[in-house]
Amino acid sequence: MTKDDIKQVVLDIIADIAPDEDLTAVKPEVRLRDQLSLDSMDFLDIVMELRKKHGIEVPEADYVQLASLDSCANYLHPKFEAKGK
Amino acid sequence: MSSKPRIVITGLGLTAPNGNSLGEFRANLLAGKARIAVIDVRHMGKHPAGVCDFDTNKWQKRKELRIGTRVGSISIFCAREALGDSGLDWDKVDKSRVGVYLGITEHGNVETENEIHNISQFGNDTKYWTHHHNPRTVANNPAGEVTMNMGITGPHYTIGAACAAGNAGLIQAAQMLQLGEVDIAFAGGVSESIHTFGIFAGFKNQGALGAHEDPTKASRPFDKNRNGIVISEGGAIYVLERLDDALARGARIIAEIAGWCINSDATDAVLPNPERQTECVHMALKRAGMKPQDIHIVSTHATATALGDIQECTALRNVFTDCPDTKINNTKSFIGHCMGAAGALELAGNLPSFDDNWVHPTINIDELDPECAMPGLVINHPVKVARVDTILNNSFGMLGINSALIVKKYGVA
Repeated sequence: MTKDDIKQVVLDIIADIAPDEDLTAVKPEVRLRDQLSLDSMDFLDIVMELRKKHGIEVPEADYVQLASLDSCANYLHPKFEAKGK
Repeated sequence: MSSKPRIVITGLGLTAPNGNSLGEFRANLLAGKARIAVIDVRHMGKHPAGVCDFDTNKWQKRKELRIGTRVGSISIFCAREALGDSGLDWDKVDKSRVGVYLGITEHGNVETENEIHNISQFGNDTKYWTHHHNPRTVANNPAGEVTMNMGITGPHYTIGAACAAGNAGLIQAAQMLQLGEVDIAFAGGVSESIHTFGIFAGFKNQGALGAHEDPTKASRPFDKNRNGIVISEGGAIYVLERLDDALARGARIIAEIAGWCINSDATDAVLPNPERQTECVHMALKRAGMKPQDIHIVSTHATATALGDIQECTALRNVFTDCPDTKINNTKSFIGHCMGAAGALELAGNLPSFDDNWVHPTINIDELDPECAMPGLVINHPVKVARVDTILNNSFGMLGINSALIVKKYGVA
């Protein structure tokens, strides 16, 4: 799974948890909270969906790594690779 | 209650299995149209149930719907519709002087069952248990969701009162208005109970779950062959104000709260006590300054259980002897038992009688149970009467909670 694929995985999750948001112009380098209406409970939803759908754990200390699509891709890429995805 | 401020109803919003507005609901009651679906209940298969089909997206964003509860959504729809009906200029209302008081039979069963099912898909590992569980299941959830949706900063809470809850919500609001705690109250009752299998299983194992090959005939209070409750969801929320405030803003006054009583059987968890019910109705009449003969419509609680219906009829025969102008009806025969919403919805269905002088019936009576025979019982077809100035709304619940609420047409003595 490429980093672009991972960004799409995260965007798909956000589309489910924040269905009112327009995701067509999300900038990968900008913090998600700076361009979308997301709160801390929403980020917990992202963590939960990564766990449920992909078996990937994000420890609380690493939540900051989910700040932007770019940081998500960089952080999650080795985890997906470790899963053989 | 003459020394206390008079309380009036100035708005109403509802969703019932057979109507999403008072007009639609009322038209179906007068036309004899029940609406009960057959749903697939988790672990239990198909059962009749009253399902509401209001537009959930009318007043909520999709994210609100995802995070919130079904009963929160019902509450928001009803409260928003009530606001529209009230004619209040919402932008000019001091939101800190608005209270939300919603009656509930129970809350949290639905969300808890859903999460138990959810983690069962993951080996019952609780790390898959949603972090939304607690805000969804706190007992104030439906009222709290209303405040967040509408920007209300006054008090909000729910009133847990089993199936007497709809009346209890209205009574609580009237009391808070009389105390001056708030200037405007959104109050009534709400329920999402069809989404919990536990309620169905509990009633079934109690021998009190209604069934019929035609789901619209499954709820048949007072019929000799009745066999139990049809569980339904729904909501009815009213705008209540002090009379002086309503008059000052030129509000349309739908009805005046005339009197009420809540008491307790202190005898049995599930079997009603007609002696205490009789006392409850008598006390409500006394507080309203009325005699039984003054009541034009009695909206019964009867849920179509074998014993419960007889107990209520016994209580009503105790009170309404020699009352030729008193008509008695039942709304659950159309919509099932809307649990926490029942009392509030059943009152709503009768309110238009103040204007049209029609009394909707109790339907689905093929053979009247002799033990439920009462003078004035309106059976299967609506009746037109000379006048309707008063409604007594009965609502009773488990653990022996009884409530009687009397409303009257505004402007009559």
